[in-house]
Amino acid sequence: MEALQIQHISKHYNGKTAVNDVSFSVSKGEIFGLIGPDGAGKTTILRVLTTLLLPDRGSATVDGLDVVNDYKQIRNRIGYMPGRFSLYPDLSIEENLNFFATVFNTTVEENYHLIKDIYVQIEPFKKRRAGKLSGGMKQKLALCCALIHKPVVLFLDEPTTGVDPVSRKEFWEMLKQLKQQQITIVVSTPYMDEANLCDRIALIQNGKLLSVDTPENITGSYPDTLYAIKAGNMHHLLKLLSTWDAVLSSHAFGEFAHVSFTNSNINEAEVISHLQQQGLENIDLKKITATIEDSFINLLNN
Amino acid sequence: MRTIRFLLQKEFRQIFRNKSILLLVMVMPVIQLIVLPLAANYEVRNINIAVIDNDHSSYSQQLISKITASGYFRLTGYDYSFKDALHHIEADKADLVLEIPHGFERNLVRENSQQLFIAVNAINGTKANLGGAYLGSIIRDYNDDIRLRLTSQAKFNQVPVIQITSSNWFNVQLNYRIFMVPGILAILVTMIGGFLTALNIVKEKEVGTIEQINVTPIKKHHFILGKLIPFWILGNVVFTLGLGVAWAVYGIVPQGSLALLYCFTAIYLLAVLGFGLLISTYCDTQQQAMFIMFFFMMIFILMGGLFTPIDSMPDWAKTVSRFNPLSYLIEVMRMIILKGSGFRDITRQLITIGVFALILNSWAILNYKKTS
Repeated sequence: MEALQIQHISKHYNGKTAVNDVSFSVSKGEIFGLIGPDGAGKTTILRVLTTLLLPDRGSATVDGLDVVNDYKQIRNRIGYMPGRFSLYPDLSIEENLNFFATVFNTTVEENYHLIKDIYVQIEPFKKRRAGKLSGGMKQKLALCCALIHKPVVLFLDEPTTGVDPVSRKEFWEMLKQLKQQQITIVVSTPYMDEANLCDRIALIQNGKLLSVDTPENITGSYPDTLYAIKAGNMHHLLKLLSTWDAVLSSHAFGEFAHVSFTNSNINEAEVISHLQQQGLENIDLKKITATIEDSFINLLNN
Repeated sequence: MRTIRFLLQKEFRQIFRNKSILLLVMVMPVIQLIVLPLAANYEVRNINIAVIDNDHSSYSQQLISKITASGYFRLTGYDYSFKDALHHIEADKADLVLEIPHGFERNLVRENSQQLFIAVNAINGTKANLGGAYLGSIIRDYNDDIRLRLTSQAKFNQVPVIQITSSNWFNVQLNYRIFMVPGILAILVTMIGGFLTALNIVKEKEVGTIEQINVTPIKKHHFILGKLIPFWILGNVVFTLGLGVAWAVYGIVPQGSLALLYCFTAIYLLAVLGFGLLISTYCDTQQQAMFIMFFFMMIFILMGGLFTPIDSMPDWAKTVSRFNPLSYLIEVMRMIILKGSGFRDITRQLITIGVFALILNSWAILNYKKTS
């Protein structure tokens, strides 16, 4: 069963294309990631799905309801956490939560089981005004407020942007727990490393979908054999790789360069000796499996 | 209903937490009502006058002492030539120059007529106008005195004289404060109602909370009502405070029905709040809302009939001021408070303001979109 479906959605702002002919669907109980750099169109897609934005073309359904015609019913069934903290800064944690429970015609007690694990972490500060909370606590409060009416689908717009690594990890743990409660989660993020935490992902660039699949299938379908190469003088190595005609593609990845060759059966010893001839030392070469980022760059180049 | 109740609860919590706004709403009207009517004085006092007395007679002395004794004038120069006196005007030390010609007393007694020369510094129009008029009436008065003294009783009676006696209705002593206070109160109610509403929704836009509200099933009119009601109540509180100050400080007690006054203000506030809401739906930042509101407020205030009567404006300005809600409030406030007008007298204004309220609020609701 599909939790939501998007068909040929396009949206322009003042003649500039933000989203161009995007189609995908998300199954019930899935964590679905929209992965792409800033300005790729992730927020626009989320705003169409949360009925905040009318698409120029195409149609979309959430929980079987049309985003344009049945927007009123949809608003009862979804939770949305915008990229920017948007709760009332002058109301306390408790008051914000009660307020959002009330506007959805429910009470905090009714769905407390959903938010319990998250809420207990911020409960000691429940009298504190939301504007005075730390970034991580704001995030947790926002998640609680988006969950308090037991939404069928939860939309999270870049929930981990600007959050420290530990809180980011915690946040994804929370999402996994929510998945157990049969809540479908659509999350956008610019971080490629978070892609592996999703069940399925859509890679987006410049408003176009590059690929929609499970992270494993996307990395598995990387067409070439990939090597990680390291040398004493990385700068020299990268320069060399970019001019060598045997190289298909090369990118710097932390302390390594990820390289694929035109001849996929190239001899590793040959590569090392070629590089040594060019004056490089301490060469380290190993075969690796592609990451999401490799796949993304590969898809971009095609 | 439950939603509205909670929206109101939220709104009031926010208002009561924002101490500076609360202070502004409560203290500003009180202070302004106490300070402004005292300062905005139509009566011009302390007009500086320079006198050139070429006659040095007892008559000219009498005239000068009569002028200075009136309390309106301050003798700041006693010169010997017009040129000297003009220097006083140029240095802004004199507003008026009175030149008494040589032979003033002699000609007056012998030939029964004499001329005086008055020069007025017209840079400050109000002061010049009033100063000239005051001086004119003092001289006329002086003239009557002399005629009484010089002319024989019988002869004097032969001159037909029209005696004019005027009485001031509704403001017996022509006290400008009684006239100004209701008007200033009208402006205060308008400013507080209009600005607070305009800025409030825009603030939700700026902070981003409107996004979160928009994805909830809150209905448009619930949201708008949730914004209108708190500020409507605040507006009424300010109005009540203002009436209290008017009574306590100036002793102004409405001649007409208090209920009618509140009834009109209630509807008027709806119109002003609707206007504020309308502006807020067109703006994205508080700065924009502030400046647009300011633009309209200036027009409302200066063309509202408080400082200059609408009847003396050119026709196009009269037409414009018919679309100025503030002019109706000022008019009705004066009618009810000073004149004691009843429901029948203000029906026209009541209907007009009702139409304003209806149009502005519908427009605001239509223009407030939850989906872009």
